Amino acid sequence: MSEKMALKLQVNGAERTVQAWPMARLLDVIREDLGLTGTKEGCGEGECGACSVFLNGKLVNSCLVPAVQCNGAKLETIEGVSPTSTDGAQLHPVQEAFLRCGGAQCGICTPGMVLAAVDLLKRCPDPDEEQVRDGLSGNLCRCTGYVKIIDSVLAAAKSASPDGAKAVAK
Amino acid sequence: MAKLEQVGHSRLRKEGRAKVTGAAIYTDDATMPGLLHGATVRSQVARGRIKGIHFGEGIPWEDFVIVSAKDVPGENRVAMIVLDQPFLADTRVNHPEEAILLLAHADRVLLEKARAAVTVEIEEEPAVFTIEASLAAATVVWGEDNVFKKVSIRKGEVDAAWASATHVVEGTYGTGAQEQLYIEPHAVIAKVTAEEGVTVWGSLQCPYYVHKALKHLFNEPDDRIRVIQMETGGGFGGKEDYPSLISGHAALLSMKAGGRPVKILYDREEDMVATTKRHPSKTRVKTAFDADGKMLGLEMEFLLDGGAYVTLSPVVLSRGAIHAAGPYYWPAVAIEAKALATNCPPHGAFRGFGAPQSLFAIERHLDVAAARIGMDPVELRRKNLLRIGDVMATGQVVKEAVDLPGIMDRALEKLDYHGRKARYAGSNAGTDPIKRGVGFAVFMHGCGFTGGGEAYLASVAGVEGTADGKVRVLAASTEIGQGTNTMFSQVVAEVLRVPMDLVEVQQPDTKLVPNSGPTVASRTCMVVGKLVQDAAVGLKQIIIQAGLLREPYTADEFQAAVAAYVAAFGSLKAYSQYSTPPHIVWSDETYQGDAYGTYAWACYAADVAVDTRTCEVAVTDFVALQEVGRVINPTLAEGQIEGGVAQGIGYALWEKVEWRNGRMANAQMTNYIMATSADLPRLRVYFEENPNPMGPSGAKGIGELPMDGPGPAILNAIQDALGTDAPREIPLTPELLMDCLEARHV
Amino acid sequence: MKGDAPACAVHTPATLGEALAFLAAHPDWRPLAGGTDLMVPFAAGRLPDFNFLNLDPLHELRGIELTNEHLTLGALTTYSEIRWHEGIRAAFPNLVQSAWVTGAAAIQNRGTIGGNLVNASPAADTPPSLLAYGAEVELRSTAGSRWVDYDAFHLGYKQTALASGELLTRIRVKRPVPGAFHFYRKVGTRKAQAIAKVCLAGYGRAENGRVAEFRAAFGAVAPVPKRALAAEALVLGRSAAEVDPDAVRAALAEDITPIDDIRSSAKYRRFVSERLFASMLKDFFAHLG
Repeated sequence: MSEKMALKLQVNGAERTVQAWPMARLLDVIREDLGLTGTKEGCGEGECGACSVFLNGKLVNSCLVPAVQCNGAKLETIEGVSPTSTDGAQLHPVQEAFLRCGGAQCGICTPGMVLAAVDLLKRCPDPDEEQVRDGLSGNLCRCTGYVKIIDSVLAAAKSASPDGAKAVAK
Repeated sequence: MAKLEQVGHSRLRKEGRAKVTGAAIYTDDATMPGLLHGATVRSQVARGRIKGIHFGEGIPWEDFVIVSAKDVPGENRVAMIVLDQPFLADTRVNHPEEAILLLAHADRVLLEKARAAVTVEIEEEPAVFTIEASLAAATVVWGEDNVFKKVSIRKGEVDAAWASATHVVEGTYGTGAQEQLYIEPHAVIAKVTAEEGVTVWGSLQCPYYVHKALKHLFNEPDDRIRVIQMETGGGFGGKEDYPSLISGHAALLSMKAGGRPVKILYDREEDMVATTKRHPSKTRVKTAFDADGKMLGLEMEFLLDGGAYVTLSPVVLSRGAIHAAGPYYWPAVAIEAKALATNCPPHGAFRGFGAPQSLFAIERHLDVAAARIGMDPVELRRKNLLRIGDVMATGQVVKEAVDLPGIMDRALEKLDYHGRKARYAGSNAGTDPIKRGVGFAVFMHGCGFTGGGEAYLASVAGVEGTADGKVRVLAASTEIGQGTNTMFSQVVAEVLRVPMDLVEVQQPDTKLVPNSGPTVASRTCMVVGKLVQDAAVGLKQIIIQAGLLREPYTADEFQAAVAAYVAAFGSLKAYSQYSTPPHIVWSDETYQGDAYGTYAWACYAADVAVDTRTCEVAVTDFVALQEVGRVINPTLAEGQIEGGVAQGIGYALWEKVEWRNGRMANAQMTNYIMATSADLPRLRVYFEENPNPMGPSGAKGIGELPMDGPGPAILNAIQDALGTDAPREIPLTPELLMDCLEARHV
Repeated sequence: MKGDAPACAVHTPATLGEALAFLAAHPDWRPLAGGTDLMVPFAAGRLPDFNFLNLDPLHELRGIELTNEHLTLGALTTYSEIRWHEGIRAAFPNLVQSAWVTGAAAIQNRGTIGGNLVNASPAADTPPSLLAYGAEVELRSTAGSRWVDYDAFHLGYKQTALASGELLTRIRVKRPVPGAFHFYRKVGTRKAQAIAKVCLAGYGRAENGRVAEFRAAFGAVAPVPKRALAAEALVLGRSAAEVDPDAVRAALAEDITPIDDIRSSAKYRRFVSERLFASMLKDFFAHLG
């Protein structure tokens, strides 16, 4: 039997402290203690990627990270991808591309998929289709057959390049 | 075709912004004051008699809400087709995941401990786990003979065909169970109070199915039951009937908890082991051809494993049987179809709904037959494809202008089928362990319910004007990712000639929307879309007749007129109800007549690479070409086909349910294998348009169609690659293909 | 989530010394590294343990050191660090390949090589590549450090050579000879995010037309990741013409003991093992010229 710990996190740029069991899953801390429900649970075993977040800048499956390993960490969730996104003002280029290219259908994998795509484009700003297929292979989507997700990521990559601003609109 | 302003354009998904930002609220994202969590105690035994329920030590049971069968206020049966499945088993169980007891508590950790501390004592009885054992009926587990439903389709005298035939080819084909694997597991919240009755919020496809089930369960009138669909993370049929059961469970717990809201959320394992899957099938096919390959007769025995209760099996069987003859002209047909009981959890709806099973059998069989006869599979089909005026197996006359040979040829051309086939024949003769092949399937999918089904539903949809002059769609048809919200908005905006942003879609809530029928059977666009279109026309006529609007009008004038009408009269609503067109005649007794008002037609072609060292099959190219009436939104329509094809490829190659005494043993995403982005090629989708008078702006249904083609196309390609017709079952896992190679048929 | 988080205790040491001292006093506490293996049974309520020793902050267990002689990996080196390391990519392609096929990006960012070895799944992806490279592992306790041949680390299903109070701290591999032959192939349930049905890694080199060094190791076909010692012996010291494929196949049948499970069958695993091994030998001798 343990006690709850004071878990300090920088969440999407803001300092937060919550009380959490050391072995609580980061996913549950995000959804229940931080109230950020854009991070989804699809499988609870690191297979589907719906719970993907950035922990200290690295993409992780938040269902596989115990709270005890997050103290003092910097956390970014879908809600923080574009600071003004939730009020509808501005989307991250990857979100914009998913919206325009049909990358989201039922939407449940979308937050994790968007973060995996952001991660991929950080590592590999101008990927080819095979690199996108490999880069997103930890995020399962049952609706799309991945075609439009891949198109979204390729379009987002182009929009970020100097002459590709209009490519997102397809 | 007329150039349209909205229809035919890839308008952005209505709720897309909420989805890409994570702002969309799914059931588990919602909470309520005083919320309890619910859990289900299950049988764990395939069949037997309940002897007792024991509550273990160390759990503060007095703090728990506990519900058993004796707490049910109304009828303890899920109202579907036959009232046989209990919400909670009381005396006996018929599958290993049958719900027996419900628990609720605010503390989820304690709840899990409590669930583990309950033991149900069951005296086991003999059980049945396969189609063969059920058919043999040595052990009877349902009714008198284990048969849920029989369907016979007869045309001409098939026995005469065998005598006159040059070639008689027989074969047996099988398909496995398939898990829908929506990424959002089942979730529901229920609140039951004396004042407001029963309210349910959930991840579901068919609000009025749940409404009906709760009505019977609580023995309450219509207006005391309210069902609200939350954003739903995929369904594919998996959230067609099961939400009735889980909603009932949550509602019973809330009732017993004195009105505190109760959430039931399945984790992935519970979702996979306990909820419905695609019906496994076995099909025996016997065909007669003349010397030129002309089809003379078809005899089929089509068997489905329905699981422990009837649920939707009769309708799945019906669709499977009607599609079983494929898109061909057979002078004589004898199809005998049966849905059989086993002691697995009930199998249910999954995209395609019986058709993928029977179409797999016939389309795979035609390539087996072509090899036996010594004909090219393209030419064998060309001689027999349905043409206008031909009579189908049910007696339905093909009246629409369909060009199946053209659809086939164009799909094969897109794949370079003939070129590749010739090249692969050369390269496969070499020593490369990778063998390549091409294959295809031609098929159709009936849009909407059978003629009789739509007449029975008599669906209603509507539109209403809002105070700020917008038009809001009122339908119980749900957005589950397929694009309902966007499609409805485009249809309404088109017919009213206003911009998309003047159209809203009401969140399905049985208190606010009429019963437009279930969101199934590729019917939402064609059937409900048409009702919404007609209702919008009705709304426009109301304001014109009120003297508030004149044709032609601008969008601003329209908006002002709607607002003025609502200000003057309080509300502005128009509805439209389905009535069967007089030319559609169908009999559920004889299975004769116009089975479906119309069909979508397709040819899918696959290119595969088989690694003979590992028996792994890679789909290296895939062409999906279909005639779907009119495409409302190209991006959404392509997305539907691409997603369906991906599920179909998984169905063909990887998605295997490992059964152990009626229970799924591989109920994890790690061990039930759906495709990742690395497993699929770029799926190529082509539409041909031939506007259909039944649908809005000429649209047909497309949701299920893509599930039918990949299985046979891929296995036919494997036959081409390996020169053996042995693969006749899906999923054709590497393990099964290895066995096939050991026992080559050709 | 069925894991009983409130029942769990976690000790987070500040230094390796402190971790070893704690483990000496509490030998039944389970070391927790990246969590990608342990959190799965924990969340499913299937882990019997409730006491964890959190190794995550121990910088002593991190770091990659590549010299002209050796590659040394701290036990907490992640798959991502291995996969994207230029030096490892150039010298140890099998290791990179095996890290690449372990889960996908999010798993590779958290999962550690030490955790992978200590978790001791027979189907893990990195052990065959380390076995083929002839790796050694450092095991430390308060009593000191010892280096053990990795080949001697796995004793039986989920049984390792770790003594009570010991942690696996480092992994060391000799730098391969330039121009040597490297082979890695995973046959999994799918192309990514997959668990191996069969995994085979090989490393070899020749002198004067004969095989001078050769190690081949399998995953998922025995209770432990396993060298194919009998088959190796029929290849070592021979030229292509002197290797008897039938004898190799027979030896291989003795080397592996696959089982039926929910992911595959013993029969299939034998079928694939035989063909992959033959395919590897063909490539090997082609590589030697």
